[in-house]
Amino acid sequence: MKLALVTDLHANREAVSAVMAHARAQGAQRYAFLGDYVGYGADPGWVVDLVREHVARGAIAVLGNHDEAVVIGPRPTMVPDACQVVEWTREQLNAEQLAFLAGRPMSATEGDCLFVHANAYAPADWDYIQGRTEAIRSLHATDQRFTFCGHVHDPVLFHLTATGKAGDFAPTPGVSIPLSPRRRWLAIPGSTGQPRDGNPAACYAMFDTASATLTFHRVAYDVDAAAAKVRAAGLPEALAQRLIHGS
Amino acid sequence: MEPGQVIDGFLLEERTHQGGMAALWRVSKVGSDDPLPLIMKVPRIKGGDDPATIVGFEVEQMIMPALNGVHVPRFIAGGDFTRQPYIVMERIEGESLKPRFEAAPIPIDEVVEIGAKVATALHDLHRQHVVHLDVKPSNIMFRPLIEVDGKAAGGGAVLVDFGLSRHDHLPDLLGEEFVLPMGTGPYMSPEQVQFVRNDPRSDLFALGVMLYHLVTGQRPFGAPTSVRGLRQRLYRDPLPPRTLRPDCPAWLQELILRCLEVQPERRHQSAAQLAFDFQHPDQVVLTERAQRATRSGSLQVMRRWLSAMGNEPAAGASASGQTTRSPILMAAVDVSGADARLLDAVSSTVQRLLHTEPGARLACVAVMKTNRVGMDELLDGDGSSKHVNLLVQLKHWARPVLQAAGTATAAASDEQAGRVTFHVLEAPDVPGALLDYARKNHVDHIVMGARSSGGLRRYLGSVSAKVAAEADCSVTVVRTPALAPERER
Repeated sequence: MKLALVTDLHANREAVSAVMAHARAQGAQRYAFLGDYVGYGADPGWVVDLVREHVARGAIAVLGNHDEAVVIGPRPTMVPDACQVVEWTREQLNAEQLAFLAGRPMSATEGDCLFVHANAYAPADWDYIQGRTEAIRSLHATDQRFTFCGHVHDPVLFHLTATGKAGDFAPTPGVSIPLSPRRRWLAIPGSTGQPRDGNPAACYAMFDTASATLTFHRVAYDVDAAAAKVRAAGLPEALAQRLIHGS
Repeated sequence: MEPGQVIDGFLLEERTHQGGMAALWRVSKVGSDDPLPLIMKVPRIKGGDDPATIVGFEVEQMIMPALNGVHVPRFIAGGDFTRQPYIVMERIEGESLKPRFEAAPIPIDEVVEIGAKVATALHDLHRQHVVHLDVKPSNIMFRPLIEVDGKAAGGGAVLVDFGLSRHDHLPDLLGEEFVLPMGTGPYMSPEQVQFVRNDPRSDLFALGVMLYHLVTGQRPFGAPTSVRGLRQRLYRDPLPPRTLRPDCPAWLQELILRCLEVQPERRHQSAAQLAFDFQHPDQVVLTERAQRATRSGSLQVMRRWLSAMGNEPAAGASASGQTTRSPILMAAVDVSGADARLLDAVSSTVQRLLHTEPGARLACVAVMKTNRVGMDELLDGDGSSKHVNLLVQLKHWARPVLQAAGTATAAASDEQAGRVTFHVLEAPDVPGALLDYARKNHVDHIVMGARSSGGLRRYLGSVSAKVAAEADCSVTVVRTPALAPERER
């Protein structure tokens, strides 16, 4: 089964539409959304509705820190731009949409896979997987062989051997990577709605559960339209610039 | 495991090899009538934990399905580690290179043929984003010679055992695993000794070690087993082959010693460029390497030893990146037929390409059309050879190109001097000869002129159209702008 892994959508309708169309064309049969449906972008309601429709049809969707902030208020550690957008976002969402966000689980498991927004060792603390150290910690905190998470916006793939040796890898878009059964894997597909690795194209990944192969993708979308909406909504200019430059 | 057993639909017929790392079984697919002969490679996992074998097998299972073409065995199936790990692949019917090493020194012609074939196979692998990193006699097979249309065909080199290989676009499962350099002692490149695992020029070093051995009967760096022994190749150069084998041609010593350069930048920049030199020995530019008759003195060795200490190379290469940066360009120039404006236009296009591709080599090619039947008049009215005339004109055409490539000055380095070569082909079929040349020499890009107008093109047919339609590589067709027709004056 082809499982599309989509994360950090950040209320970017243009990016999410492009990614969903790409995933459909690639034969996606199922979807797992790894959190942060809102925050930064100008279309929170549209994105939440889309995820909600997919969940109604059986998709997985876990809670992200931006989703939590919209529901219960931002944590003191959240950056000012993000806090401003959290307030604005709450006004845009109706009760049903807020209830949907509030109802997201912190993590989900299915077969060999764990889906979680930040990490497996303390998901509610929103620690970032910044490198091998956190990746090893997260992989040791779960029995699942494959961990899929977001939170970090750059695509990366970590692997861990039975002897405790870890490696990391910056994936090449469009190349199928066989995930060897001899090791455990932690994949971060990269952000759909706000890429930050210098490439503005939206990120997502496709996992083929039958062959255990993972393919990272980059999808070009109408960045200028998404940035224009951010400006029109009166959100910080830096957030529009970020979409244009992917930085 | 025993004969007659069936594993995942593969019938074990006979164990053909039992090595330290793996066993090989001749197998067949139950109920299949595909004539492709198959082997099953089964890793020998010693009791308990044996990371070297396991990870190597994991790497091979990951990389082999990503490979295609005649220079690797075709991958058929892989077995799950949790039950019975194995790889089923095409069985190569020919011999490995190993027996020839037991016979070394072997005839020079055979060394040259092996060099050209292995370099060709390596180029095909590098283009598929993979550095082999364990090129050695037992990992090179040759397909059997077959007869196609009355001519000998086949016989190409096949690379096997990808347990230490590195794929540009797949995670390096070995990189983090071991604290010792990975490879086979006698063949490991200096940068492999220093833990660099992504430079395709490492494979050219290993090929140089093999060719040295085949020519001289000796290994250039012995068979060290300690890291200290391995590091010696960073500063101690081998005895020049000609001191051990006087009938080794100077050009072959040039190529072998260039493969064995410590710095990858001083080797050939792609396997295709090395294969090219094997196919055109007369065009190899001879440098000091060709004439070298002794090893370096102790002072120079000491100097190299000092600079090798603490000078760990930066990893920045990749198999396909390095190969793409070092293309072979071909300028097909109709020096006797095309008009001056078109020849100039082809020249400036070639100059621009060389300018943007500093790692490129350029082959300037002219075709001397011969009659299909009967003897040709090889001498013109003045009694000079047509072939030589064409070569003279071709070199004259290339003067501005050489200047642009920086090879025409006295200050040009040896490597630059070999950057541009000249070839006159004799053939009845001009596009056929150009296409054949491009294919045999792994040309990446053909530049040629096309007549811009009318009658002659209709009458003769267009050479460039046929080349552009049938070439395996990129083709740039250069035209001069058409002049305004008379009636528009």
